[in-house]
Amino acid sequence: MFFVFMLATFVGFQVIQNVSRLLHTPLMSLTNAISAIAVVGSILIAGEQFSGFTTILGTVAVAASMTNIVSGFLITDRMLRMFREKERRPKAEGGNAGTAR
Amino acid sequence: MSGHNFLEFSYLVAAALFILSLRWLNHPRTARRGVAAGVAGMTAAIIGTLMAPEIVAYRWIEVAFVVGFVVGVPLSWVPLTAVPQRTALSHAFGGLAAGLVGIAKYSHWFDTHELTTFTTSAISLEVILGFLTFTGSLMAAGKLQEIIPTRPITYRNQNLVNLLLLALAVVSAIYLSINPNFWPAFVALIVLSLGFGVLLIIPIGGADMPTVISLLNSYAGLSAVAMGFVLQNKLLITAGALDGSSGFILSVIMCRAMNRSFTNVLFGAFGQVQAVQQAAEEKTVKSATPQDVADLLTNADTVVIIPGYGMAVAQAQHRVHELYDQLTKRGVDVKFAIHPVAGRMPGHMNVLLAEAEIPYESLVEMDDINPEMPQTDVALVVGANDVVNPAARHDTHSPIYGMPIIDADKAHTVIAIKRSMNPGFAGIDNELYYSDRTLMAFGDAKQVLGDVVKAVAGEGVGAGAH
Repeated sequence: MFFVFMLATFVGFQVIQNVSRLLHTPLMSLTNAISAIAVVGSILIAGEQFSGFTTILGTVAVAASMTNIVSGFLITDRMLRMFREKERRPKAEGGNAGTAR
Repeated sequence: MSGHNFLEFSYLVAAALFILSLRWLNHPRTARRGVAAGVAGMTAAIIGTLMAPEIVAYRWIEVAFVVGFVVGVPLSWVPLTAVPQRTALSHAFGGLAAGLVGIAKYSHWFDTHELTTFTTSAISLEVILGFLTFTGSLMAAGKLQEIIPTRPITYRNQNLVNLLLLALAVVSAIYLSINPNFWPAFVALIVLSLGFGVLLIIPIGGADMPTVISLLNSYAGLSAVAMGFVLQNKLLITAGALDGSSGFILSVIMCRAMNRSFTNVLFGAFGQVQAVQQAAEEKTVKSATPQDVADLLTNADTVVIIPGYGMAVAQAQHRVHELYDQLTKRGVDVKFAIHPVAGRMPGHMNVLLAEAEIPYESLVEMDDINPEMPQTDVALVVGANDVVNPAARHDTHSPIYGMPIIDADKAHTVIAIKRSMNPGFAGIDNELYYSDRTLMAFGDAKQVLGDVVKAVAGEGVGAGAH
């Protein structure tokens, strides 16, 4: 287990050092959403129904994590959509579903 | 059994996708793919978990999911100036989830007599980190939203009290690891952690918020790691470690950008030790009208705009964009110099300018723009103050001495838009304004820039090409 932690921290340092400084705010909201993976632990506690007490705690924890997942991913995407390159029509933003790359 | 194999597999996929997700954030062009990867990883992990055989009832999970969506969706609509508060709030939720799971696990294993020294230590760590992140982040969010006074709240022996609380929490944790079933120590641990989170953040001033948010980000990640140790869940450990290392790296960058250490941010109460204003010497400033500013800008070849949070407070981003458009159209080379601590969280200024439709290629980091400053015709300072104060370079008595700054004073001409001559947020006088290269345009940033834009546009019709 500790091995996994060391490895993940190492990978984290490598990957995050390469993140563009432009994107540090989206980075924080994205890692927020990702660490809300705590939801899986909370689901197990809310769903195994050990006792009323643990079920309540688990349920609140699922709600808190789910809030982070939903708002974290949505706001990250919202911010990233705003970063545009030069030489674009000033009012481009019609149907952006199709060929967005 | 197949349920568990599937669970393991979904966790593996999720971990890989999370790492890819962060990797794609290295460039704005691929960044949105990163979000998609993150969502895919999260979905895989949640579906895998929901299919785990331990889960016997779904009702409460469904309710919690609905609550998460109902609260989460509107939270993602906040204005971009409020993104730091939202981020702090989500750290609080992350910490809360970790803390509650810690309590649930303790209560479960207490009843089944399964508490061991290892599990109890892991739970203690999870609870301490989780709850201190919870209350600490709530305080930070309150300060950012200005519900709680942003100035540092200090009292005598503050650091001693804080350290004492932390020491007590650690002692309870150690005692608990030896006597896992002594539950009052566990309750004490919870209370102490909650209290410590509050007391840790109240003495910290608004200017230090970028560092504090990053630090709390790191704690939130570490509390997820501790939860992973408690639940023996490798995916949690991986994702938490990614979050934790990200927060740590950002905190280091923020501290470096202000030339301060962690301990100094946490225990220094910035803004507290302001030197008394020296008896005001007769210093004169030169002021300029919007028309003067427009003339200078249109006659320049290179312009560097230095935005500060004051620009966002005045809601002047869109005027800045209009000015950028007008000047670029005339062939003036316009760039933005972004100081790492401009704004209320790391990278905040970039997001605010991106929202105002300024292309990201024009946003230049401090270290990259400084070598260009001596060749710059006009440096336009909008709502920034301490980050362009030359005192940081030479005045050893200045509270900001040693902080890296944007070398606005090296440009041929400096124009600073400012409401009045009152010293800024940190209460430090800025000698840049008294330089004979500097012109001050007084007034509300939005108003002044609006007039400048009008003057620039008018000139195009009247005076002809320059």
